[in-house]
Amino acid sequence: MEIVRSHRQLAAAAAAGGGAGALPTYRAAPQLEVRLEEFELFAIDRLRVLKGISDGLSRGKRPEEMEKLVSELWKTHMRHQDPAETLNKDIISHFVLRLVYCRTEELRKWFLSMETTLFRYRFRLESPESQRMLMTEFQLPYKALPHSEFEVVKDKLSQVARSIGQSANVESVFFKVPFEEVPDLVASRRVFISKGYAYVAMSQVVSLVVTQFRCNISKALVLTNRKWTATIKEQEKDRLTPIVEALSNAYFGPDYSQPKDAVEISLKDIDQLAKSSFPLCMRHMLDKLRENHHLKHGGRMQFGLFLKGAGLKLEDALAFWRAEFSQKVGSERFDKEYAYSIRHNYGKEGKRTDYTPYSCQKIISATPGVGDHHGCPYRHFGDENLRAALNKMGVGGHALEEIMDKVKNRHYQLACTLTFEATHGVSCDSGINHPNQYFSESQKVLRAKNQTVESQSAT
Amino acid sequence: MGRDDEPVDSMEIDGEQQLKVQGPAAVPEGFNADYLRVYYGKLFPYGDFFKWLCYGNDGKHPGCDQSYVGHREFSFTLENDIYLRFQSFDSAAELESSIKEKCPFKIDIGPVYSVDPAKRHAYAQSGNNVFIPVERELIFDIDISDYDDVRYCCSGADVCSDCWPLMTIAIKILDTSLRDDFGFSHILWVYSGRRGVHCWVCDSRARKLSNEQRAAVADYFRVYKGGENALKKVSLAGPVLHPFLARSYTDVLESFFEDKLLLSQQLFASEERCQKILDLIPDGNVASELHDKWQGNRRSSISKEDVNATRWKQLKMTLQSGKHKAQGLRRCVEEIVFSYTYPRLDMEVSKHMNHLLKAPFCIHPKTGRVCVPIDPNNCDDFDPTAVPTLSQLLGELNAAGFQTDSENNWERTSLEKSIRFFRTSFLQPLLKACKEELESAYNAKLQQSKNSLNW
Repeated sequence: MEIVRSHRQLAAAAAAGGGAGALPTYRAAPQLEVRLEEFELFAIDRLRVLKGISDGLSRGKRPEEMEKLVSELWKTHMRHQDPAETLNKDIISHFVLRLVYCRTEELRKWFLSMETTLFRYRFRLESPESQRMLMTEFQLPYKALPHSEFEVVKDKLSQVARSIGQSANVESVFFKVPFEEVPDLVASRRVFISKGYAYVAMSQVVSLVVTQFRCNISKALVLTNRKWTATIKEQEKDRLTPIVEALSNAYFGPDYSQPKDAVEISLKDIDQLAKSSFPLCMRHMLDKLRENHHLKHGGRMQFGLFLKGAGLKLEDALAFWRAEFSQKVGSERFDKEYAYSIRHNYGKEGKRTDYTPYSCQKIISATPGVGDHHGCPYRHFGDENLRAALNKMGVGGHALEEIMDKVKNRHYQLACTLTFEATHGVSCDSGINHPNQYFSESQKVLRAKNQTVESQSAT
Repeated sequence: MGRDDEPVDSMEIDGEQQLKVQGPAAVPEGFNADYLRVYYGKLFPYGDFFKWLCYGNDGKHPGCDQSYVGHREFSFTLENDIYLRFQSFDSAAELESSIKEKCPFKIDIGPVYSVDPAKRHAYAQSGNNVFIPVERELIFDIDISDYDDVRYCCSGADVCSDCWPLMTIAIKILDTSLRDDFGFSHILWVYSGRRGVHCWVCDSRARKLSNEQRAAVADYFRVYKGGENALKKVSLAGPVLHPFLARSYTDVLESFFEDKLLLSQQLFASEERCQKILDLIPDGNVASELHDKWQGNRRSSISKEDVNATRWKQLKMTLQSGKHKAQGLRRCVEEIVFSYTYPRLDMEVSKHMNHLLKAPFCIHPKTGRVCVPIDPNNCDDFDPTAVPTLSQLLGELNAAGFQTDSENNWERTSLEKSIRFFRTSFLQPLLKACKEELESAYNAKLQQSKNSLNW
């Protein structure tokens, strides 16, 4: 792909991008010229789509809802009257974002996951013929299950179909593939598995294709990263590099790994702050920690990193956890078994990565098990428990019902935002998408209130 | 208690002429470095153990990858809780001498890495993640302490013959599915030494699974969605069960619940316990109907039947009667059974390649018991309280006397059964399969290079 400053060139990107139909497979970077403005604008439009998908996923939207969402996002941001133009934009924007998101493991993971989701739902919207064409293009070597074999497993296939709420009339075209190739179908028990093979219905082949797609993009991202560090970054330091770097920051916003403006919180304030400014998930874990003098690993990670992001220094963090844990396991065992992981979180052990606090999306997608207290209360609590917890925060009446309504519709972050608004008496237009954001917004509100009180009493 | 007249030395078994001890009970129960040193010196099956982890790559066949086993991470936990991570060994002899020298209280096995884990720092300079896990057995870890909300006999790390069967059925369910559904055949079940079981799936296909694929298998098995604040932890949607769940239910769970657990745990014996089960019924009217019934006839025991069995029958009748044909309620009987019996996995252990897991044949420091393999075909017979302890083994060694420093001292102890089982039922079939795979992979490669030459 060549980036030029001026005149546009309409090249048939389709061939280069791979993909015979409207859905490209992004195998190779297209040989075409792109204007610098478009380089950035196209990328931003695609980012809007990916960000929309990310939000949809974190709300736990169902596949049918996701399908609708993706199709709408695509229409809004990526369509052009001229279909050739649309295709160009699709391919160019994808390759630009590859550059943007190839540079760290975290970025790659996010991009890969969003692009894969995007591809999945776009594939589902394709016609059966073009789906088959895409299968051929990915060189998937699967033949439909012969009739004789089909008859043997027919009852089981019908049982699986009914177990996921489909009609018992089994589709007639199935592919028998190694279970490794359709992890998503295995994980959700949407396929019959026997002797290492999964029986994938024609309506499910999207999983096969997506696995292949994901694998290709994942490899490509690693290669792009190598190229980026080896040559592009330096060569383009006056032109593309600033754009690329700005693009990734523009999206991700602060990662809360360092407390903002060097705010510090101290040990003695934690309980007070929890009451005034911690989101429910963190208040809950603090309560449980005080009650049981213990939190399991998932809780220590989610809560510990939150405290770090809120400004708790390492020494204070050690003292904080020791004070609780030593009551249960003794301070000696604490020093031996738990202190390491706390220092680890602060980047003082092991890989020495400074770990970032968990975002709402990550917390919502957690799968707390027996004895776990982490996760998102709006998602993981039972109805009664959540009501009780919110009551304890002083939320009741109409506000409570509104929150429960959001929960019912799986808008967990909106539920948390409403809780923020109810407890702070102000509106929160940006919405809550990070527990540390909740904390700092809350602190901002409280500081403003205090100042008003002070200035009023001064006058 | 006369601890002075039993000097530690007399327990040490060191080739010198020992006083003949009468009976195997001569060594006091316990766990300490001295006992352990004798165990590592005389009993630990280094050869078989190392052969396992070589997966056939220690042979003479030109297709063998001699560096394979040397990229495997071992981790030792020493007496004073010092962790030695990223140990690696090229031969059984190296492993043996290191274990004997360091006398680890615990040995963990990690993944096979892309490079020798002991030299990982040398590769770190070149950047870009050269040091990554490339192979790892698919592993499962099940702990009885995760069942505390459904067992009334013990809690925490304790187990007894009333709650251990929960582990037994976990083995049955996973083992059947790993073989029949996923097509694996080299599966090693190991007693964790105290409160649970570990499972090692060793087929090469299993070892090569990506993290995402591991997570998929683990999720396939996941029914129990814990979280302390979710009231109902098992919810089975859909008009019928997936064939795997249906088979687990009819073949194992249902009869286990009704014939064993119901009575052994006295699931309906108190108001509180009843309430816990009634809480799992989503229809409040039905729950209170049952509640009232049980309140009323607590004393009127006209039938001689056990109260637990009676109440369970009533609950089933109520939920499955025509009156409550609503789908949610019929499923509810199954949900209760699943809640109380279905295996609860530690998901994180299975999902990632780089999770460490305690090696078989370690000794659990708290119980002194050996982490012996469990035969899944006879897992009903496995009794955790009958597993040999360290002191028992040393006693047996003493009793047998050992004039010669034989390779196979274990043959004269109760460890024999376990090592034989490991060797014949697990290791030999595994190595046979490894050899076949090595050969066919090698031949395919030869063929390929020949073809390209011809061309």
